Amino acid sequence: MPRQRLSYEGVAVAVPVTVPYVRYSTRTAHWFIGQAVEALVKASGVAKEQIDGLCLSSFSLAPDTAVGVTQHLGLSPRWLDHVPTGGASGVMCLRRAARAVQAGDADIVACVGADTNHVDSFRQTLGSFSNFARDASYPYGSGGPNSIFAFITSNYMRTYGATREDFGRIAVDQRTNALGNPHAMFKKPLTMAEYMAARPISDPIHLFDCVMPCAGAEAFLVMSEERARDLGLAHVVIRGAIERHNAFADDPVMVRGGWLVDRDDLYSQAGVAPAALDFVQTYDDYPVIAMMQFEDLGFCEKGEGPAFVRANTLTFDGSFPNNTSGGQLSAGQAGAAGGFLGMVEAVRQLTDTAGPRTVPNAQLGLVAGFGMVTYDRCLCTGAVILGRSE
Amino acid sequence: MTMPLMRPKRKNPMLRTRQMNLPPWARGRVALGITAAAAEGRFELQTCEDCGTVQYPPREACCKCLSPQLHWREQSGEGQLLSSTTLHHSNDLFFRERLPWRLGLVHLDSGPTLMVHLHGEVGDAGDGQGRVRVGARLDRAGQAVLIGFPNQGSAHMADDKMLREMTSDPKFRKVLVTDGKTELGQAIVRALVKAGADIVWVGHAEPWKKLGGLDDITALPQVTLVPLDLTNGRSVSELAGEIGGKVDIVINNAEVHRSFGIGARRGTDVAKAEMDINYFGLLRLAQEFGPALKGRSADGATGATAWVNLLSIYALSNFPPHGTFSASKAAAHSLAQCLRAEMRPAGIRVINIFPGPIDDEWNQHTPPPKLAPGTLANAIVKALRDGVEDVYPGDVAQEWLERWRDNPKVLERELAAGGA
Repeated sequence: MPRQRLSYEGVAVAVPVTVPYVRYSTRTAHWFIGQAVEALVKASGVAKEQIDGLCLSSFSLAPDTAVGVTQHLGLSPRWLDHVPTGGASGVMCLRRAARAVQAGDADIVACVGADTNHVDSFRQTLGSFSNFARDASYPYGSGGPNSIFAFITSNYMRTYGATREDFGRIAVDQRTNALGNPHAMFKKPLTMAEYMAARPISDPIHLFDCVMPCAGAEAFLVMSEERARDLGLAHVVIRGAIERHNAFADDPVMVRGGWLVDRDDLYSQAGVAPAALDFVQTYDDYPVIAMMQFEDLGFCEKGEGPAFVRANTLTFDGSFPNNTSGGQLSAGQAGAAGGFLGMVEAVRQLTDTAGPRTVPNAQLGLVAGFGMVTYDRCLCTGAVILGRSE
Repeated sequence: MTMPLMRPKRKNPMLRTRQMNLPPWARGRVALGITAAAAEGRFELQTCEDCGTVQYPPREACCKCLSPQLHWREQSGEGQLLSSTTLHHSNDLFFRERLPWRLGLVHLDSGPTLMVHLHGEVGDAGDGQGRVRVGARLDRAGQAVLIGFPNQGSAHMADDKMLREMTSDPKFRKVLVTDGKTELGQAIVRALVKAGADIVWVGHAEPWKKLGGLDDITALPQVTLVPLDLTNGRSVSELAGEIGGKVDIVINNAEVHRSFGIGARRGTDVAKAEMDINYFGLLRLAQEFGPALKGRSADGATGATAWVNLLSIYALSNFPPHGTFSASKAAAHSLAQCLRAEMRPAGIRVINIFPGPIDDEWNQHTPPPKLAPGTLANAIVKALRDGVEDVYPGDVAQEWLERWRDNPKVLERELAAGGA
């Protein structure tokens, strides 16, 4: 038996902020990080000097890291981390920041996911994303993650009988959610007919299975509950959190993610069953991955994803609210901020600041992360359960 | 079934000639091990000497047991097609200009999962055609890529659109063979015609000399004799002005071969003559025909594609009984590496042929085995079709190569002692 881990008790997550997304920007990542930290300061009333921890995730900072950002923004934290896990970085920044606060290494940690997107930066990022991508995937058609997830989607469809419509349900309902999110890049409803008629990108992946790369930032503060109360900040608490890297490495093609390894741990930390959750923010780089999370996080059995989406409505007011901000499929993917999108949205939902897309009476929500396609799958998975503070 | 390639229509001279955009060519140092094997036509993957794990992508440690004892081992390539996709969008110009493009995910029987380009005769995963054979080929950037082939290909499988991007098949192409007067030159011409070459221009340095065999090849409708003297810059330049813009493949087989080393012959005249053809001839040819080939490397399905150099296994290590010849071939080899680097940005493949002794008059005193001209000619055509870049045809070349790779110093001592 592994040693009982320290709980995340006493840690507050507060001040969810978004630096509005733009398709392309001539600004650098530093600009978006600066805007995010300024928004945190303004929204919280916490002086910049009081932020004594910084946890950052960004792809487009090079050659800088979080270190250069401290001088760039005039911060002097006593705890610093740069988390390179992309789509899983929201969960992972939160876990690291929470432990720093519990240990007393920092009092107030700013967690920021931010990236810029120049006209040609997506192409350049793909070719140099990882050693394995450079050597073993980019030279094969240079489709980026589209071709990798086409393999995964096509294999999933054949193995478990999913149809394009099943994935369409996820995309269409997320678009409905996005219509209530002023920050979402997509402002028009999406019909199933439009989803099905979209142009093919890499069969069976079509246009509305893909996220739109853009520039932007998402951020939040982590501190003790006591501190949050003193500052009068609406906040949520961490009921459980997991992460895993390179799980199921022997599966020849990805059919399950690392969540499956750790989900019992997650629910036992929270002391709840999956059915107790009022919403989930899955990581939706492609709909098939959202569907895998429904399975691997225990909302249905492996292979039942298609039946699950047929039996549920995934809108904010539906039977299984999923990606209530619209997710990356409809809000846009601002690089590493995509890994923060679900976290920021979950904090908004649980602090009654989600506006017209509010999930009625939500008490408990799950946020999952998934990041870094180094070769033929994403390697990093994580999840947290957040709840309202007492 | 692959549809056989049809003879392309005559090019519309009003249209701009499409220029080459290379496929992504960046690779890490470890990954170049696959390229090194593919350059000789082999598919090798890293194998752990300690635990036997075959791994991909290439790494610096065994992903099972962490051993650094990783060696490149030839693979059968047998595997199962797990998934496939047709790409309709690409972020890279090379692929964007060639969409749609098929890709597959293959689980090799030996363990790893590979992303591959799919041959058109391999059906989509789940169509009941699960078995594939993976091979490595050099792409237009000269880097190895993996390809999923059908287990049993049809007669025209070489005409597959994707595969032709990786190879330099002479079919419907226009070829210059620089020397038609030797038995080897004539064998190369016949092999090219048999392989479906559209036009074969055959160089003839001294047209007034009527030598045997020339009449036979000139009778072939595809063959045209052209004046070409590699020792004469103006001759090379004039021919390039006439046909340079049409040539798709250059095969430089012209050579001067005399025996002896340093002490058995007085003066430098013979050595100069060897250098003048074997080294400077290549240099003159490359300066005149290189730019023309580079300009047409993306010119349709039968655009300019390859440059072949006839070198010698003696280029690797000097064979003293043929000492000055060895030196001229070593010089040519070095220059051919330079040519390869300069042709790479255009996607023109430079193929170096390293034969052992050819069964011709200048190897009269060399004991067998010797390479028959016809065998060597077929090896050259095969190299073009298979898309390799270094060829060591024949038993002698293979054996010397093995000894040279094992220990070049030991081979030097053995050659100094007479060879065996």
